[in-house]
Amino acid sequence: MDPLEALVAQIQGLSSTSSDVNRLHSILKQADDLLRSKSTRLPPLLTQLDPSIHSLGFLYILDAYMTSPITKTQAETAVPIATRFIVACSDQIRLAPEKFLSVCRRLKDQVMLLETPIRGVAPLFTALRKVQVSAEHLTPLHSEFLLLCLLSKCYKTGLSILDDDVFEVNHPRDFFLYCYYGGMICIGMKCFQKALDLLHNVVTAPMSVINAIAVEAYKKYILVSLIRNGQFSTSLPKYSSSAAQRNLKNFCQPYVELANTYGNGKIAELEAFVKTNEEKFESDSNLGLVKQAVSSMYKRNIQRLTQTYLTLSLQDIANTVQLNSPKEAEMHVLQMIQDGEIYATINQKDGMVRFLEDPEQYKTCEMIEHIDSSIQRIMALSRKLTAMDEQISCDQLYLSKAGRERQRYDFDDFDVPQKFNI
Amino acid sequence: MDGDDETSGPMIDEFYANGGADDGDKRSRRAIMSGDQLDVEAYAALYSGRTKIMRLIFIADKMNNATTQLEALRMAYDEIKKGENTQLFREVVQKIDGRLGASYGMDTAWCEAVDRRAEQKKEKLENELNAYRTNLIKESIRMGYNDFGDFYYAHGQLGEAFKSYVRTRDYCTTSKHIIHMCMSAILVSIEMGQFPHVTSYVSKAEQALDVHDSIIVAKLRCAAGLANLEAKKYKLAARKFLETGPELGSHYNDVIAPQDVATYGGLCALATFDRAELKAIIDNSNFRNFLELVPEVRELINDFYSSHYASCLEYLGNLKANLLLDIHLHDHVETLYDQIRHKALIQYTHPFVSVDLNMMANAFKTTVAGLEKELEALITDNQIQARIDSHNKILYARHADQRNATFQRVLETGREFDRDVRSMLLRSNLIKHDYNLRALRKL
Repeated sequence: MDPLEALVAQIQGLSSTSSDVNRLHSILKQADDLLRSKSTRLPPLLTQLDPSIHSLGFLYILDAYMTSPITKTQAETAVPIATRFIVACSDQIRLAPEKFLSVCRRLKDQVMLLETPIRGVAPLFTALRKVQVSAEHLTPLHSEFLLLCLLSKCYKTGLSILDDDVFEVNHPRDFFLYCYYGGMICIGMKCFQKALDLLHNVVTAPMSVINAIAVEAYKKYILVSLIRNGQFSTSLPKYSSSAAQRNLKNFCQPYVELANTYGNGKIAELEAFVKTNEEKFESDSNLGLVKQAVSSMYKRNIQRLTQTYLTLSLQDIANTVQLNSPKEAEMHVLQMIQDGEIYATINQKDGMVRFLEDPEQYKTCEMIEHIDSSIQRIMALSRKLTAMDEQISCDQLYLSKAGRERQRYDFDDFDVPQKFNI
Repeated sequence: MDGDDETSGPMIDEFYANGGADDGDKRSRRAIMSGDQLDVEAYAALYSGRTKIMRLIFIADKMNNATTQLEALRMAYDEIKKGENTQLFREVVQKIDGRLGASYGMDTAWCEAVDRRAEQKKEKLENELNAYRTNLIKESIRMGYNDFGDFYYAHGQLGEAFKSYVRTRDYCTTSKHIIHMCMSAILVSIEMGQFPHVTSYVSKAEQALDVHDSIIVAKLRCAAGLANLEAKKYKLAARKFLETGPELGSHYNDVIAPQDVATYGGLCALATFDRAELKAIIDNSNFRNFLELVPEVRELINDFYSSHYASCLEYLGNLKANLLLDIHLHDHVETLYDQIRHKALIQYTHPFVSVDLNMMANAFKTTVAGLEKELEALITDNQIQARIDSHNKILYARHADQRNATFQRVLETGREFDRDVRSMLLRSNLIKHDYNLRALRKL
């Protein structure tokens, strides 16, 4: 009997109980090379298997099939199979997570090859949820998924996984990419605060050498913090790695200068600077963001006026903020009122703007609920922090390292490292 | 009036023009400190020694009025001729550049004579000092170094003079000696512009001070005040000048005249003190003695205190030209004036719920638009809690709503905490991961 036929038979036979599946797994591992060598004959085999029942076997065969170099037409057939499999597959895939990841990656490569990244968004999302142990775990699929979301402009879908709090990370690279792409998606959705948080994570992440992701993230971090906060301080917090503290600035010179120019508060200077450095920003494909940063300066200046004035004519606003005409000033003010960034009324009859105080009184039920939920959330976080602290202070590796690094032991600590080194 | 505070260089010329026009009027009001057209002579008479020369030269440098400039230079020339500083002499002659006729030209013979004498004296001093040192007589060595200091000081070698004076320190036996050493060091440091030295020697002298010599105390206060002024610590400077006792008289006129104490102290105090402290100045009988010497400053402080800002600012404006000619104050005039004006604005708005900008502009002798700009800057700096109704030209005081502000702050802090903890947990996990990876590699 043809070895492949036999394998299919085995798969069909050994897919019910968990002990059978374990046996099947070892058989499949041995058959892996065989499968790879006959990759062209595999598609017909797949039709004999049911992805929801024979998930493990299906996975091995599919992986072998998809690993082989592939043309556009082949991809056309492979993508639906893989999609169907990902949607239907059962828990068995957890036995071979590497295989599953590789299938997902191939799928991503192929939809990109077909230039239809949107086809990969839904399956990868399903796959991600299936691989994930809990919502706190970061899987390698997170970054792939976000990349597809970015390419297909499905920012909203991407945002849905960014709302999860991620704590467990297996591979730093996944983490860097996850935060970087996540930041870009948030920028796309104009959630600048969240974008800032994500990019901040990249920039301050521990790293022994500088990497390209961090550099790119730092550039965007500068721009987003200008847009969001109207200022940027070049000094990184002291918990960031020394590599980042020392080198990041040197790689992002034009951006740092942009931030400095922004700090001077002169629109004309800023625009001139952007003009001279347009090519650099363009080649980093950050030009759009740079332009947003420039226009945020108008907003910032108008916001400052609300602190000092009760009423101000549109003409005066235009003069102070260096806009060309009262009409333009009116548009800006209107836009800002709409976005809830300032509270004001415009009197068109005499061209006056009356700035109001923030109407929020912090008395509504919603506000109380909001505060309450924040308290709950922070309490949960604190508990987590304490647990983590306890866990680390009981960690063998940590204790032996801490013991080694301390040159002189306190008398009480004296036996700790030795006890753990035995 | 508004322009005075912001502009520096070019405005000064205009001031001279003004001064020329109503000279008589001004002269009556300004006794000694007002000296553009007038009394370089009266001004110079307040000082003695090297500072007199330096102040004259400084005035000549700053002046663009040729007559006064030459007047100052002529007096400096005469003064130098009395001393032995040939270096300075050459400089002044170069500055005069023959404009004062033959009698104020280069006197080479005099220079050479002085230099020769100096050579001889130096040799003599050296021999004496060597003799003292071989004999190890402490007191004589101290005297020797001291003489050297005096010698160098007279010849304008300030660095050497300072070193010599400081060297006497090891041979000081009584506190009187130490104070003498400190006073000399302070004098030279002030001339050199090394104000950090001044501070340290003032504190050394204060430690050594056991007998209450009120003149020395007053001198030390002045020196400390000057040092603080130069270090831009105006409040401390004001305190020191205010503590200066009236015993100072003209004893310290090789550094500072009592008029200066009043001016420096008064301006620094106006710029930095609050109302209660200002009241204390007005009631301070010690300092009143000084203020009597410069009635403008006294009026100025009284006006400020009784909220007659217009007349106060007018006095300031009149004084400005002369203050810019002061060797110590000129750098600080702009800053002090700005601070005084800001304080006046803040004080003016403080008691009101709403202020009519037109009336306020009147009180400060400025335009409404200019006033609006100034107020805007102060509000942005959070120095005035108010908002401007630019339509009706009224300033409304703003009462911060504590409750809302607290809510805002709480929510913001919560958010920050949330974010920080999350990224902290993440980082620690990353570090843990990295560490595990290395541990695995080792295995």
